[in-house]
This record gives sequence, structure tokens and C-alpha cells, in this order.
Amino acid sequence: MAEVLYGVATSHVPAIGAAIDNGKEETPYWRPLFEGYEGARKWIADAQPDVIILAYNDHASAFDLDLIPTFAIGVADEFPIADEGYGPRNVPAVMGHSDLAWHLAESLILDEFDMTIVNDLPVDHGLTVPLSIMYGKPERWPAKVIPLAVNVIQYPPPTGRRCYALGRAIRRAVQSFPDGDNLKVAVFGTGGMSHQLQGERSGFVNTPFDTSYLDRLGEDPEGLIEISHTELLRDAGSEGIELVMWLIMRGALGRNVREVHRHYHVPASNTAAGLIIFEGGEALVSI
Amino acid sequence: MARAHRDYDDIPGTYVFDADHHRKGYDLNMMCMSLNDPANRAAFAADEAAYLDNWTLTPQQRQAVLDREWLEMLRLGGNIYYTFKIAIFDGLTMQAVGGAMSGVSENEFRQMMIDGGRGNDG
Repeated sequence: MAEVLYGVATSHVPAIGAAIDNGKEETPYWRPLFEGYEGARKWIADAQPDVIILAYNDHASAFDLDLIPTFAIGVADEFPIADEGYGPRNVPAVMGHSDLAWHLAESLILDEFDMTIVNDLPVDHGLTVPLSIMYGKPERWPAKVIPLAVNVIQYPPPTGRRCYALGRAIRRAVQSFPDGDNLKVAVFGTGGMSHQLQGERSGFVNTPFDTSYLDRLGEDPEGLIEISHTELLRDAGSEGIELVMWLIMRGALGRNVREVHRHYHVPASNTAAGLIIFEGGEALVSI
Repeated sequence: MARAHRDYDDIPGTYVFDADHHRKGYDLNMMCMSLNDPANRAAFAADEAAYLDNWTLTPQQRQAVLDREWLEMLRLGGNIYYTFKIAIFDGLTMQAVGGAMSGVSENEFRQMMIDGGRGNDG
């Protein structure tokens, strides 16, 4: 069998990736952020997930205004690194898990989540920066990755309630994977926390909101799914609406979770950066 | 057709990329997206005005791009993830663009972020 054992939520700010790529983790500006990632890197070195289902958003890289899937799943064996205008990031190509990805696509669609299925999917900082945050600069990524691209740029993104339900459906689908071979699966929810990149209000950050969100994610996700898009725009900033993707991760973990790591720091470029890790399901048995 | 009121309209300094905004900014944003391609970046570098002739921008959108009027691009339907492609081309940081949109220098914007970001009264 296979099971979703681990959940990671983290910001995916491109400047964090650039700091890693350019060896700036120890500079005074970046040191406080990366200090908080040390525990996460130690944790994942022990946990060693085989596959990461990574919920992220594409930023005008693979998708444009001609095609805006609300939920898209990458089913290929490999995903190239996108050129976002700087040339592609110098990180390893992302290897997929085609068998599990196709199983997820079929299961989710039959479970009434109408996924878009994608083969040709160059992945941008939304997907690669979380891998860099967790793994640093390896020669190849230690886990296979199934990209789950969520539209959060075109209004409206899927609701928090829908994202949470999708996460729950992912949990069921992983459990029914016939060739699981004790596959350890992690689900990542990325983006956030509060930030606004645009307009006269750019630079908006709301630390009390973020703190409350982190506090509630473990024990009260069904309260968080009630937050409306307008409330998110207002309280988390126009790009903070990405937080709906964290609820996919939380839904995939089942009811009971154990928080194993948390970090919050302002700023990472224009963003309040958050990271939180949970263990769930069978992983809780080993306490 | 008049645009229906949205309950996010009163959020200050915020341009929600909804259907109305999308339709206004489609060509502008697709032009920005084209800069993902190195050959297009080279063509844009060689002659910005000629490059923009390949796209059906309004005169206002065209001028905003040439003048790097980041806020004006948003008002004319731009989405920050798309218009930022021009900033990447220019070698600008998101903090420089954030400062330009909110009327402060890059250093002032950077310091505001270090001090905890813009609060609700900012």
C-alpha cells in the first residue's frame, strides 16, 4: 500500500531560491530565514518520502492566459525547469512518478474532481523553491515529484473548502494505489504566507493573521476552509490567497496530525515566509 | 456593460485579476509572457518599440511598457506575474517594483519589509 504520511507547507518565494543558488544563505539578510529551515532539512533527511505530491501555482511559465486549469496534475516521467525570463534555474530536473500520477488522475476524476492531465509541464519557482528549501542543493532530488498545479492567479482560485476536499480525495487515492510497495508519500502545499506584490498596497504583511493560520492549520483546518476569498485578499494580501493550497496538504493528512516543525520570518523579499511540517496517519503510530 | 460591484473593490491599492481585468489586459500580459523566450528577449532588447508592434496593445498600454509605469500597467489590465517579466528583463528586483508602485525607493521599500512589512494602515 501507499499512504500520505507527511505534510509540508512552505512559501515558494523566488528570491529564496536565488539566495540558495547564489550561496547567500549565511548573509545577515538571509541567515534568520535559513536558520529556521535547518530543522526541516534534518527532518526530511530522516523521513525520506519516496514521492512528493506538490501543490503549487505556475507563474506564467507553463500556462498562460489562453489556458487556465484550476487543478492540473503532471503525469510525465520528467519535468524540465522553466525559463521564467532569467534562463532556467540551475537545479536538477524534476523526476515524476507516472504510475502514481495516472492512478491519482483516474481516481480523482472518478471521485468527481475534474483534473486536467498534463504531460508537457515545465516547472517554475513555485515547485522548485520548496524542493530547494527542504533539500538544499543536491545533485538530484531525493524524491519523485508529482506536480499539482493550482490556479491562484486568475480570480477566482478554487475555494479553500474545495482544496481541502481535494486533499482528502488525494489521501483516499493514494491509499488505493495497487502497486504501492509501502510507498511513503508527502504532500506539499506551497505559497503564502501574507504578501501582496502589486499595487500601492504592495509590501502588505499581516503577521497576526499568519500566526493564527499556522496555529489553526493542525487542529482547526475546517475552520480555515470557511475563510472567503475576499477575506484572504483583505487579510493575507492579493498574493496571500495562495494559502488555499496549504489546505490541499492538510486535507491529505487525515484528521489527526502531529506538528513537527514550524518557522516564520519576515521578510523574504516582499513576503512573510512560513513553513510548517506535520506527520499523520501511520507516521503517528511510531511516536 | 457596467461592471458589477465586487465585495473586494474597497480594498485599497489592490488590482484583483478578475474577468474584467483579464479582458482588458489579455494582450499586454501575453506580450509580457513572450519574454520567457530568449529569442524574444533579444528582439525586445534590440528594439522595444518594434517588438511591441507585434502585439495589439492600446496606445496607453504601449506607452506604459516603454515608460516602465508599473502601476499604470496594472490599471490597464496587467497582472504582476506577467508584467514582472519586464522587470526581470530590466534586472529589477520585486522590491524595486514594489517601491515604484507604492511611491518609495527600493531601499525604503526594502527597509519597510525588514521592519515587518506594510501594516493595515500602510
